[in-house]
Amino acid sequence: MFSNILIYFVVIPVVMLGLLAICQNIKQIRAVAVTGSIALMALSTYVLLEYLALRAAGDTSEMLFMGSWEWFVPLHINLAVGVDGVSIAMLILSSIIVFAGSFASWNIDQPKEFFLWLILLSTGVFGFFITIDMFTMFMFYEVALIPMYLLIGVWGSGRKEYSAMKLTLMLMGGSAFLMLGLIGIYYHSAPEGGQLTWNLLEIAKNDAISTGWQYFLFPMTFVGFGVLGAMFPFHTWSPDGHASAPTAVSMLHAGVLMKLGGYGCFRVAMYLMPQAANDLAWIFLILTGISVVYGAFSACVQTDLKYINAYSSVSHCGLVLFAILMLNTTAMTGAIMQMLSHGLMTALFFALIGMIYGRTHTRDIRQMGGLMKIMPFLAVCYMIAGFASLGLPGLSGFVAEMTIFVGSFENSDMFHRVLTIVACCSIVITAVYILRVVGKLLLGPVQDEHHRQLTDASWWERVSTVTLIVSVAAIGCFPNFFANLIRFTFDPSFFRALGL
Amino acid sequence: MEVTLPILILSIPLFMFLFLGLVGGKMSHKMAGILGTLGMGTTMVLAYITAFTYFFSGSPEFIDPATGDRLQAVIFNVDWLQFYENLVIRIGFLLDPISAMMLVVITTISFMVHLYSNGYMRDHHGVWETGFQRFYAFLSLFSFSMLGLVVATNIFQMYIFWELVGASSYLLIGFYYTKPSAVSASKKAFIVTRFADLGFLIGILILSFYTGTFNFTDLTSAPVGENIYQVSLDAANSVKGIFENSAAPMFMGASVLTWALVLIFMGGMGKSAMMPLHIWLPDAMEGPTPVSALIHAATMVVAGVYLVARLFPLYLMETAALDIIVVVGALTAYYAAMIACVQVDIKRVLAFSTISQIAFMMVSLGVARPEFHHGIGYMAGMFHLFTHAMFKALLFLCAGAIIHAIGSNNYTEMHGLRKFMPVTHIAFLIGCLAIAGIIPFAGFFSKDEILTACFGHSIVWYIWMSAVAGLTAFYMFRLYYLIFWWKEHKVPQGHHQPHDQAWTMTLPLVLLAAVSCVAGFVPFGNLVTWNGEPMFESSSFLTNLEHLDWSVAAISLVVAIVAIIIATVMYKSENKMPEKMAQALPNLWRWCYHRFYWDELYMFITHKIIFNGICKPIAWFDRHVIDGTMDSFASLTNKASYAIRGLQSGNLQMYVWWYLIGAVLLGAVTVICLI
Repeated sequence: MFSNILIYFVVIPVVMLGLLAICQNIKQIRAVAVTGSIALMALSTYVLLEYLALRAAGDTSEMLFMGSWEWFVPLHINLAVGVDGVSIAMLILSSIIVFAGSFASWNIDQPKEFFLWLILLSTGVFGFFITIDMFTMFMFYEVALIPMYLLIGVWGSGRKEYSAMKLTLMLMGGSAFLMLGLIGIYYHSAPEGGQLTWNLLEIAKNDAISTGWQYFLFPMTFVGFGVLGAMFPFHTWSPDGHASAPTAVSMLHAGVLMKLGGYGCFRVAMYLMPQAANDLAWIFLILTGISVVYGAFSACVQTDLKYINAYSSVSHCGLVLFAILMLNTTAMTGAIMQMLSHGLMTALFFALIGMIYGRTHTRDIRQMGGLMKIMPFLAVCYMIAGFASLGLPGLSGFVAEMTIFVGSFENSDMFHRVLTIVACCSIVITAVYILRVVGKLLLGPVQDEHHRQLTDASWWERVSTVTLIVSVAAIGCFPNFFANLIRFTFDPSFFRALGL
Repeated sequence: MEVTLPILILSIPLFMFLFLGLVGGKMSHKMAGILGTLGMGTTMVLAYITAFTYFFSGSPEFIDPATGDRLQAVIFNVDWLQFYENLVIRIGFLLDPISAMMLVVITTISFMVHLYSNGYMRDHHGVWETGFQRFYAFLSLFSFSMLGLVVATNIFQMYIFWELVGASSYLLIGFYYTKPSAVSASKKAFIVTRFADLGFLIGILILSFYTGTFNFTDLTSAPVGENIYQVSLDAANSVKGIFENSAAPMFMGASVLTWALVLIFMGGMGKSAMMPLHIWLPDAMEGPTPVSALIHAATMVVAGVYLVARLFPLYLMETAALDIIVVVGALTAYYAAMIACVQVDIKRVLAFSTISQIAFMMVSLGVARPEFHHGIGYMAGMFHLFTHAMFKALLFLCAGAIIHAIGSNNYTEMHGLRKFMPVTHIAFLIGCLAIAGIIPFAGFFSKDEILTACFGHSIVWYIWMSAVAGLTAFYMFRLYYLIFWWKEHKVPQGHHQPHDQAWTMTLPLVLLAAVSCVAGFVPFGNLVTWNGEPMFESSSFLTNLEHLDWSVAAISLVVAIVAIIIATVMYKSENKMPEKMAQALPNLWRWCYHRFYWDELYMFITHKIIFNGICKPIAWFDRHVIDGTMDSFASLTNKASYAIRGLQSGNLQMYVWWYLIGAVLLGAVTVICLI
């Protein structure tokens, strides 16, 4: 079992949990968190390189590094792992954000408990991305969700109990749908009376689920995951939840957890039920299309930095689901790139908002102004994050959005065209709300004289933000590397299953 | 051609941006200024070598040995982002007549501005402005983006750099970021151009969807060798054929290709400040004056013209799109010229003048047809772009010198400066003569070619544009007299008199003034034509003079001179005449003064309709309806639990009672079912 490299994505966080449990002081805790997250980054880089080497050597199997271990035989539940380009992209994203998040929570209260929950959450995240067994996947999904309740409820700010409850309940509601959907898939995974299975690849290979059941199960799983992907109208946990969450949790949540939703929609709902995906896409295209502009318009009038960013996430994550539903390689590549891009830049945003809030003790943009004069480093980083968000070339947002738009435009009927153009409009609205914030928060005269004494970023804050900025710029400047990594995943496996 | 030079041309400014941006704060102001200027100077030299090699080396990759036609050479082209099999965004370097010309324009003006800013960005005591290093970093970023834009080998590369110049323009307009007016001006510029870029983007999407390519060389040219192409109508025709043979060639009464071209032109309207998307440019004058000279007069704002020129063969396929360009251009030219006649802020006058002049170039492209004098309109548009860049940059830099000396943008604070600032005075006068179109200054030749092209297309546009040319001469000389003549203000005690400036500022003025005197003699007809075919057999310094169409030239000269005489009479010394004019046409004057209330209209649309009418209701809907529903699920569940919790009383008799009721009911149901 331990000869499979992927299993270490779970082993490392578990070891970290053990070490954290015996840590005595904050220095040890930081050491564990930083070493662990560096190890995870190194591991994901290693897996990426190995993956590319194997692919270059001509390995065309759908997933690499596959392995499967029995877990609960009566129900055929296995711990089955395997990765393709998409999962590797997500693993890299997660490890970068865990790393940046550890630095962003350098001086948190009750560090031991905080990091315990945070690392438990990351265990769930990493586990989710490596498994190809639906049941195990769902288990890791829940492992990632539950700690959120405590992390927000204990370390949060504002109406934290309310927000934590709301977030958890709404996501659990989604999980309930999802569970039903997954069990439904399991029981229809062998229509000709063979062995039932939870394994994604086998179900897809057999194209097992009958069309009638697909119509029933597809909406279940898509909505179930879609709740976490902040799909309209199930997105309202996001603004409240993010607003109350502590910095690192917001980073992880918006940066990685929301990607679980998009990834799940793609990996389970679309991959297993292509027929229904094709026929029912229009409903969800409308909903996600609404998300895209609706989130952007809502963001224009918010005054709380975190609310702005949460609504912006609704818009950007809406674009992810929107693109997935366009059902072609280019748009799907764009969707995964948008996940990467949104994950990194929104984590950067939340990190910076946390740092600014830690200094000014307000997130209301009306009470701040001219921060560029006071904390130039943070302000410049915020501006770069803003530019990434509004899609400036050279940063990640641009390449992701353009890939999505070009891909969406390949569908030449009027319905898709109109929706694509509506989605394109979001680039203007995004510019409006980003520049509004930048203008009010960073530029202009200093609003509050007390702010003049505030200090600029400390070294750990710089590590956190610079890591994220470098990643955002790397994707933006050399997009072909990531695009190819993701794109070639679809060609052999995905569209065969999709029958398109 | 070797790839070294082109790569250096792009990478030096990029490097300077990163270098000054990251470590500029650690070095002295002077050092940053010198480094930035040297970097740009080197780029300029390299660009000159490249352009001269292109135009004059006679190498077969640049010029067809048999016909003498100029060719398009793709120097390098690397994949940047692949969408599918054939559809790839590449970053490359295309050398052809217009890109070589733009290399010269951009690097020249950029170098002048870099040099000039060494003096301008200091106060009278030699104290550097805060953020001086940042200023140079942004200038380098802008130069990089603009160079990348003009050498684009494909329309998506152009879009990428198009966005980047927009961002650098945003950063530079908002350079004085503590000033709220600068912040809102920069925001406005970015958002208005972003809106236009939406059209551009959709246009690109349509074009690439049907043709399956982004490459200019596939859209407008035919290959004649490895990486060598020649502009050809056949290529554009086959693109048109693709559209015509598609499933739905028409959309809402116009062909899809027309739609694509008009949408792409919309992007150009935004960047080049054509009506009704012009409102950002006058506000952009909030930026430091050298920035206005570089970005908002000479280079970035002509990107729209350049875009149309780049796709010109496609536009020729759909003359409806060209007609739209002519109408938009002509209206804008007239409108902006009228506004320029009444503005007080000298930079605003120049800004409106820029809008008007760019509109000239647009009209020129719009009326160009290959049948008429080898498409003289195309050549004239590019020629005017070139000469305008020189004399408008000159005028802006002069204005900068004046503002630097006076400390205000309004002519009411100036008057009579010719005694104190003789060098600036002469330079400004040359600029005015050039823009007014007085022989032999630069503007005369290019404007004359434009009017000839208009004449060949339609007499209406010829008369219309001649009238605008007259207005141009009038408002420029009005400005000139108001600044340099009239009686000077008394200098208050303790203040020193305004005077000419440091050499770093004077030198660019002198150089640009010299260029404005001679640029008109550049034989453009043999260098830049729409398909590379030279217009004349041979060329010399006097080619332009020899080929003048004197019937057009004489009329335009007369118009300009009459306009200048009127301006002289009205504004040479203080008198009541301008006031009387204003009172004679009170409404027209008021509308012009308020720029036809465009800003108010946009304010109404953005604030009242979009912000209050869409954003706020949506935010309210989200909080109260969507979230309210979610919350009410929760409170319903809560209420339901409260309602039935009485059942869980712990009272044994109650439990037994409920048990009995249940048992009886179940029994009854069973009995009924059995019967």
